[in-house]
Amino acid sequence: MITTSVLFLLALGFCAAALLAVAAVFLRVEEDPMLARIEEALLGANCGGCGYPGCAGAAQAVLAGKAGADVCVAGGPEITARVAAVLGLEALLAEPQLAFHDCFGGPRARERYFYEGAPDCRAQALLGGGAKNCEVGCLGFGTCVRACPFDAMVMGPRGTPVILEGKCRACGVCAQVCPRGVLSVVSPAARILHLNQEDECLAPCRQACPAQINIPQYIEQALKGDYAGAVCTLKERNPLILSIGRVCPAPCEGSCRRGAVDAPVGINMIKRFLADWEMAHGRVCTPIAPETGKKVAVVGGGPAGLSCAYYLRRLGHSPTIFEWQPELGGQLRYGIPEYRLPKRILDWEIEGVTSAIGVAVRTGLKLGSDFTLDSLRAEGFEAFFLGMGAWLNWSLDIPGEDARGVWQGTEFLTEWALGRNPPVGRNVIVVGGGNTAIDAARTTRRTGARVTIMYRRTEKEMPANAVEIHAAREEGVEFLFLAGPTRVIADEAGHAAELEYIEMELGEPDASGRRSPRPKAGSETRLPCDMLIPAIGQYPDTCYIEEQSPACELTRRKTVAVNPDTMQTAVPDVFAAGDLVSGPSLVVSAIGGGRRAARSIHYHLLQGEIPVPATLLRKPMPHALFTDLEGVGHIPRVEIPELCAAERVCDFREVEHTVGEAQLRHEAARCLRCGSTCYDADDPARPGLLSREEFEQARAAGRVAS
Amino acid sequence: MKDYLLLIVSAVFVNNILLAQYLGNCPFLGCSKELGVALGMGGAVVFVATLATAFTWLIQTFALAPFGLDYLQTIAFIVVIAALVQFVEMFLKKAMPPLYTSLGIYLPLITTNCAVLGIAIIAQRKEMDFVTAVIFSAAAAAGFLLALLLMAGIRERYEVTRIPKPLQGTAIGLVTAGFMSLAFFAFSGMI
Repeated sequence: MITTSVLFLLALGFCAAALLAVAAVFLRVEEDPMLARIEEALLGANCGGCGYPGCAGAAQAVLAGKAGADVCVAGGPEITARVAAVLGLEALLAEPQLAFHDCFGGPRARERYFYEGAPDCRAQALLGGGAKNCEVGCLGFGTCVRACPFDAMVMGPRGTPVILEGKCRACGVCAQVCPRGVLSVVSPAARILHLNQEDECLAPCRQACPAQINIPQYIEQALKGDYAGAVCTLKERNPLILSIGRVCPAPCEGSCRRGAVDAPVGINMIKRFLADWEMAHGRVCTPIAPETGKKVAVVGGGPAGLSCAYYLRRLGHSPTIFEWQPELGGQLRYGIPEYRLPKRILDWEIEGVTSAIGVAVRTGLKLGSDFTLDSLRAEGFEAFFLGMGAWLNWSLDIPGEDARGVWQGTEFLTEWALGRNPPVGRNVIVVGGGNTAIDAARTTRRTGARVTIMYRRTEKEMPANAVEIHAAREEGVEFLFLAGPTRVIADEAGHAAELEYIEMELGEPDASGRRSPRPKAGSETRLPCDMLIPAIGQYPDTCYIEEQSPACELTRRKTVAVNPDTMQTAVPDVFAAGDLVSGPSLVVSAIGGGRRAARSIHYHLLQGEIPVPATLLRKPMPHALFTDLEGVGHIPRVEIPELCAAERVCDFREVEHTVGEAQLRHEAARCLRCGSTCYDADDPARPGLLSREEFEQARAAGRVAS
Repeated sequence: MKDYLLLIVSAVFVNNILLAQYLGNCPFLGCSKELGVALGMGGAVVFVATLATAFTWLIQTFALAPFGLDYLQTIAFIVVIAALVQFVEMFLKKAMPPLYTSLGIYLPLITTNCAVLGIAIIAQRKEMDFVTAVIFSAAAAAGFLLALLLMAGIRERYEVTRIPKPLQGTAIGLVTAGFMSLAFFAFSGMI
């Protein structure tokens, strides 16, 4: 029986083989040799991941032009290069995509705090009339780890999956199987292009930050000691972290929920620590998308222009910055004094945003006189960003303002920054209540002069940062409130000698909500004054823009009108942001505007149409801002080390210092991790966040805010 | 004539190879995402199953049965079907290029398809004569084609439907296959 079987099968096999061999000779078909070569170049795994029936199917699709050389998802770039070589093409590496999730673990829901009475942040959002998608919320089941066909995921120590970047092929299987939609496959460019949306789980600081920095994430990374990761997170939204870490008045801290308990988390001191860490340890490499070959002109090298150019570069375009001053930086260099932002640090930062990543810079060129938008169009630039800022000063419009010894606020600060040290008098009066006024006062105070700030309203209405006002007072700057200048009295030589002012009183609130000052008749008084610095506000120089045809539209405040979502002006290929659009405002707002403009330019160049998400976050959602928070214990805020006032007035050394590593950890641990406190593997409660029982005890002892 | 009609109805609906006998599930789930692909795959199965049953009938009747080698049926059929598919592929490529371009890429995939093998073996188990076996195999394969097309039509709708995340893809495909199987169960009283 065995013999028969063996013989039979041998005979059958032989017959089949002979038949096929004969057939192969007689039925030979001349086919495109390319097909065989493409098939050879493919992996041969027949995995079907590409969506074609096997590698032969994929090869046919490539030959028919239905699929590209990158058809093989399992093979990765090497296979793509091989197929491209067969086709006679050159394979340029596309920007690598990676699986990504935002979840970084933390205490479980039972240890959460109570959201103004609501026990769950989503319930709280519903009560406030909103809804949200909880993108943070890994359940830690590890389905993605098992589903990954390339073994590119492992379960991390905190119960959340860790993606091994070297192995990830961006096939998207993990994103398909994730039951909570935590995982996604995104490229770094897609993260740069993202704008905050109302249905996302956004901590209040993230909503308040004009640059939309993912604040909870970088604080978490800093706390874990992943400083390079934290710098990367920061730079996805803010390229100028050294400067912002020093000069930002931190609107984020204003809406920090811990502020309802004791004092807000020192978000900006954490940022400053990270920025200084980067400067001390070498630049953190940030990914840059493959070249698109699109040339973009960025006019103005201030914060808005630098931010726009930086993100355009990271999106793969080729921006060129045009700056009329000899060096880049705009108000950062020519407006903010050395004692707040040392030039050495600014230079290092700007180098990282320009030459280190390949942004071209042309200085000493002014729009309108040295070049025009049309001349740039002729040079091959395809889109334009205007970020020239607001450099013209509103005049006081009083007699004698043309006397010698009268300096406009920004002009004085610029002269000082250029090192031309203009002569400072003995009795200096600065008029105005904004940050420029304070900067001018603190700068002149450092030469030993007697300095008075004259403001027509009271301290409460001053638009300058409270911290700055306090520092100026510490340094011996005097304040004269409810006073408006009426006349400058010059001596025989035409130099200012005295200033006449009139007392004011506050009337009814005006359109801006501030009480408008009214002069008290007959209260004119004279003060000795050999130097007067009016700093009552600035506006952009838009002469050239008005002459252009077609012209960008202007608002009645003399700023350029843009679509606030896209930063696009009335001319489709011209975009604008920064002080040119908003009037004098925060550096961080200019940086946020620069990124939004870069996003729009990117879409404008590649698609011609700029998508605006329907649920775009335009202003902080009121239901996210709490005035009352239960269940959180007190932890004192770190004091920022600074020079004492007596030392400060002698020179231009930096006043505020960076916190140390221990203080950083203390401050980062104060973060309540808003938006990240639900669902996670068992983790001990962090200091300051109490369990229900501890909370009851603490409330009985009067230790929690009520 | 009536017998043949009953045979065809039985093979297509009542004893549907996919939904009643659960054979050939891999292409049922793998090639049912688009109607075009489903049509190509189903067509190839009809073509190959008919030819394979005819050939295996001959092998069974003139080689296996006379020598008492019925126990080698499965192995012999696999070898024959595999060789046949390869031969058909070459033949089509040479003689009928248009047919090859529409079916060709699916042919290697059904070399060892259990539906094809299953149809050939069922034809033997039921001891059909040659003509009946060929008609039966064509009808059974047509049943496969029908089920595949229905499935592809449904899954194309799924593309634009909101499906809970954990059920997307193969999971909802299996659920659908179960429901379709239940629906076809209703045919069982017909004959």
